[in-house]
Amino acid sequence: MFMFEKAIVGSRRYWIWLFCLLGVIAAALCFYLYQFNVGLGVTGMGRDVSWGLYIAQFTFFVGVAASAVMVVLPYYLHDYKQFGRITILGEFLAITAVVMCILFIFVDLGQPARMLNMILHPTPWSLMFWDMISLGGYLLLNAVITLVTLTAEREEVAPPAWIRPVILLSIPWAVSIHTVTAFLYSGLPGRSFWLTAIMAPRFLAGAFCSGPALLILFCLLLRKMAGFDAGQKAIDTLAVIVAYAMSINVFFILVEAFTVLYSRIPGDVAHLEYLYWGLRGNHHLVPWMWLSVLLAIVSLVLLLVPSWRRNRLLLPVACVCVFLALWLDKGLGLIVGGFVPSPLDTIATYTPTLPEWSIVLGIWAIGAFMITVFYKIALGVRKEVGEMEVHESTLVAGTASH
Amino acid sequence: MRDRVWIVGGLAVFAVALTAPFWCAHLGTKNLARMPNLALPANQTQCVAPVEYMRASHMVLLLRWREEVVRLGQRRYVAFNGKVYDKSLTQTCLDCHNKEQFCDRCHSYAGVSGPYCWNCHNQPQTHVAGTSLPPMQPEAAAPHLAFTSPSRFPAQAPHPQSLSFPRSMP
Amino acid sequence: MKKITRKDFLRLTGLSFLAAGAIETTRAVTGSAPSANASPAAQSSQPVRWGMVVDLQKCQKEKNCDICIRACNSAHNVPQFDDPKHQVKWVWTQPFETVFPFTQSSYAGQSDAQAPVVLMCNHCASPPCVHVCPTQATWKRDDGIVMMDWHRCIGCRYCMAACPYGSRSFNWFDPRPAIAHINPDFPTRTKGVVEKCNFCEERLAQGLSPACVEVCPQKALVFGNLADPNSEPRQLLRQRFAIQREPELGTGPSVYYLV
Repeated sequence: MFMFEKAIVGSRRYWIWLFCLLGVIAAALCFYLYQFNVGLGVTGMGRDVSWGLYIAQFTFFVGVAASAVMVVLPYYLHDYKQFGRITILGEFLAITAVVMCILFIFVDLGQPARMLNMILHPTPWSLMFWDMISLGGYLLLNAVITLVTLTAEREEVAPPAWIRPVILLSIPWAVSIHTVTAFLYSGLPGRSFWLTAIMAPRFLAGAFCSGPALLILFCLLLRKMAGFDAGQKAIDTLAVIVAYAMSINVFFILVEAFTVLYSRIPGDVAHLEYLYWGLRGNHHLVPWMWLSVLLAIVSLVLLLVPSWRRNRLLLPVACVCVFLALWLDKGLGLIVGGFVPSPLDTIATYTPTLPEWSIVLGIWAIGAFMITVFYKIALGVRKEVGEMEVHESTLVAGTASH
Repeated sequence: MRDRVWIVGGLAVFAVALTAPFWCAHLGTKNLARMPNLALPANQTQCVAPVEYMRASHMVLLLRWREEVVRLGQRRYVAFNGKVYDKSLTQTCLDCHNKEQFCDRCHSYAGVSGPYCWNCHNQPQTHVAGTSLPPMQPEAAAPHLAFTSPSRFPAQAPHPQSLSFPRSMP
Repeated sequence: MKKITRKDFLRLTGLSFLAAGAIETTRAVTGSAPSANASPAAQSSQPVRWGMVVDLQKCQKEKNCDICIRACNSAHNVPQFDDPKHQVKWVWTQPFETVFPFTQSSYAGQSDAQAPVVLMCNHCASPPCVHVCPTQATWKRDDGIVMMDWHRCIGCRYCMAACPYGSRSFNWFDPRPAIAHINPDFPTRTKGVVEKCNFCEERLAQGLSPACVEVCPQKALVFGNLADPNSEPRQLLRQRFAIQREPELGTGPSVYYLV
């Protein structure tokens, strides 16, 4: 079944890593059962900050999922051969991220057993409906694409012709998933922090730097751990993409800040004030938001200087900075900042609780588990094909010598 | 081929585990639970639908009532025999039936623990008991009813001209 | 006859699932809009739009009066949680300056700014909560009441993010232990669903006016049909200056405040 035999042979290190992840997942499952039995009150959320870490993480990982397009598009639309070795990694990352998104939504539901009501009573005027369609569709597209292309690679034949339009469809589809996710927030009256047309472009810019940054880190890690070489050219190109996307992302954030701060409309200023300066003595998120700013600046400096960007030691640092900056900005501040102050001017403090962090950690562990297994399969297939080629060439050489 | 024992053995264990409920039920034939002793309403002989239908499909009826009352605002139910009922679990069904001695007994006998009606819906404080049921605690113990029971409100509708209630219910 | 291979079978299965899904989606897209659910009002010739007028002067006459809140709470089994984060509110009060920011001049007296304003669901003409609900667990009836179906709510809390009035509450815990006396005639809710004021829909069906209106000693809450020009709320709105909460958002609240 789908080359899973590649995933059940591995080194001791591989198995220890997987079992550690399983342990984290099991602990998270216990915490989830606790939340399921007692109610969502075990989280830090409340009537004013009614969405928290779960939805924020969902938003962030939709971006990671969408970012696969940054390797698929150059390879398939511009025939950029350097990405040939890593498109499959991008697509597997997309599958993993979408599954994590669905899990983050699931753990956020008050009545998870009724989740299928969304399909039983389809509601096209709700953005949540379209988010379900776009995420589900994206998962399906990427599953089909990876299955077909990897099978073809294993059998050393060209992928069937029909897969090309499917791959091309996945490009606008990737844009759609993050656009629809932005529309979830930007279409709400009375939440002025989110009520901005630049939300979707900003989401995409953030996605196209944080996702490829993660992919670079994975490539470097695979080079170290599994002897997989993504190709220096491919990594350099990815770094350029991260540099551009991060610049655009920071530009969008500054544009947003200008509009709010120069117009000085009190209701709009209040949210930024809460996030970056503290509102009426509440400085809850201020250090985190400035940390995000600092990380963004550091990463930009490292990425914009070409020699530093190509430096083997500095590039991973820059990528970690990009990822963390975006994680803080999108995976924390964006959601909480939209709720505080509330429409009735309440400043609620939101602190994620232990069960909440554990469940989030568990979903990350599920993601890490999936990506490990997927990459193991992909590299296993590559290795097998490579060995066969070597074997065949020796055979050919042998017959020729006779 | 050395694995054959393990494979066949494993399959056998799997098959036994999968069919365990059936085996357990068969082996324990002698201890089969006796039919539940259901307390039938003393004051009524006919339910809102024929007994056979209610026995097999009461949940279908309840779900339909639920949709019609909550979503369509249709609260009156004309039964097969022309009698008119209020579509209400707590007021109509429990007016005659006792939850513990009727619903719960049969549900636990049939092993159907699913429906979570009672997570939200309450048992009426006073209701006509089944044959063997003592009356439950009197209503007087609930002072809050001063606000809730419609009959306790002064029947004065303060602005009758504005309360043009649609009376055209089915 | 051609033999069906496993591949063909899987393909056919997948295709039939797709077709079934497509039918369902088409039905949904071409089908009813949020407000198209029939209600008894639709069958009567006279249009009905329930609404309320709150006379703030009368309401604030008696200091610390909360009889309407208590009436509502016990009529609807509204749980009482101590932690402000987990509170469930159907009818409640909030200081004037937070309910109507920028309505008063900055030179108004402090006591006016702090005067309590009674709040509840506005039963908007164009309710944002209804637009976002992914399961139609909340919808607008033809008589203007924004209803909730607690059987259907999945607890995603999108409606809470969408409501610009903070009128929606989530059950963060099982509400039953937090209800002092359960009114058996009205269901409690379960943990994990959203709830809010329902304009006493269950009482309207019996020809009664809402509990809060009924018990107000000052008769500060006036309830009636906003679609009827002769109704009491409409007469009041003709005679006196009234404001709504955040009318600029275009939600069209059905609750008016006489200031």
